[in-house]
Amino acid sequence: MRNVQTHLIVWLTAAMVLANGSLSAAVLPDDRADVMYHRYEGDNISIEGPSVLLRKSVGKSLSVSANYYVDMITSASIDVVTTASPYTEERTQTSLGVDYLRGGTMMSVGVTQSDESDFEARTYSLAVYQNLFGDLTTVTLAYGLGNDVVGMSTDPTFARDVTRQQYGIGISQILTRNLIMALNFEGITDEGYLNNPYRSVRYLDDTGGYSFQGERYPNTRTSAAVSISGRYYLPYRAALNAEYRYFNDTWGIVANSWEIGYTHPWRDRWTFSTRYRNYTQGQADFYSDLFPRIDAQNFLARDKELSEFTSQAVRLGVAYDFGREGMGPLDRGRVTFFWDRMLIDYENFLDLRVTGVVPGQEPVFQLEADVVQLFVSFWY
Amino acid sequence: MMKMSIRKWLKVLSCAAVIVGVSGCSGVEPWVKPYERDRLADPIMFLDHDPVSTSYMHHVFESREAARGAQGSVGGGCGCN
Repeated sequence: MRNVQTHLIVWLTAAMVLANGSLSAAVLPDDRADVMYHRYEGDNISIEGPSVLLRKSVGKSLSVSANYYVDMITSASIDVVTTASPYTEERTQTSLGVDYLRGGTMMSVGVTQSDESDFEARTYSLAVYQNLFGDLTTVTLAYGLGNDVVGMSTDPTFARDVTRQQYGIGISQILTRNLIMALNFEGITDEGYLNNPYRSVRYLDDTGGYSFQGERYPNTRTSAAVSISGRYYLPYRAALNAEYRYFNDTWGIVANSWEIGYTHPWRDRWTFSTRYRNYTQGQADFYSDLFPRIDAQNFLARDKELSEFTSQAVRLGVAYDFGREGMGPLDRGRVTFFWDRMLIDYENFLDLRVTGVVPGQEPVFQLEADVVQLFVSFWY
Repeated sequence: MMKMSIRKWLKVLSCAAVIVGVSGCSGVEPWVKPYERDRLADPIMFLDHDPVSTSYMHHVFESREAARGAQGSVGGGCGCN
């Protein structure tokens, strides 16, 4: 188990994997298969594995999809080095979804199961898409329910429940022949055991140094996010895209993110793309890198994901189309490579690997990471 | 406080959706005709061309950030089919 935040992603991601192909409007998505290898490398953590996504229509109004995803984790991160021991772990996630189209309306249902040695999550999702105004507009309503069980590798009897509910509403709009925009809102509520049983906070002790005690998070969290995005077709056949998102929650975290991207086809079969993403967040109300004493307050956190920081990411991508003349039962194929470089500058999460200084005077931590994706897609 | 905020948002957006839905029955003339959507139908204009990759990157970002949701996945598309 890495981080409670991470586990929220289990079901958010699952819902998106199942729904994304079909969220493009109230039309059934293409029949396609994707086989991906992914790898994350940063802060002495490597996470790699496959992801396989299959989608096939049944008749003219039904489409089924399945996703199998694996994270194989080897971690000696700053959290692990300073408060625990390096570890290896594997998470597998399986998702199934069904889309049903009737007229300008589509309904999607999905279920996802995620398992790792000390965490289980099951999620159910439901979404309705409605085309309006001659298919210029698509309105989406979505709901998700997740039930998690948080365990602890050092205590087999430890088991805590978390319940999550997700409410989403979105609208996408064709504005001109060259421009499409989307506005999305999503509210998420969590209830249960929301902290990480392995994480600790540090506090000043009587020796002039510091000691650790376990984190304590509130048992509820509610968040809201709203985003606006758009994609514009340039005169020479290329595309510009941009997105902005505002987020806040009941833990006092406020975050802003924006990104801009460019896609450029070259000759007949190549597509090059690039993207810049910027993300900033403020800290949670109960976060501190160094508390003044033990049990300094009701809620305690030193999880760097709850600290104040800025994250930047740059992407380079290339794709090559092949087999357009047909490959047996396959219509065509595409191979895609993405490389993302991430840089996170923490404002108030200090690097405890640096010793021999007064507590609180350690340098701030900085994370650099590379994310690589290589995948082959087939349409049939 | 935050729960109220979300409820308010949902009420407003739900009302907007209902109004839009009801309006849809009144026969608004599409100002971009179906035969004018060739550019929007180009794969480079898809809001989510590679769902398996998009979901993975959301996973990567949200694992390291506190923010979550509204990642541009709900809605989208051009209704070109």
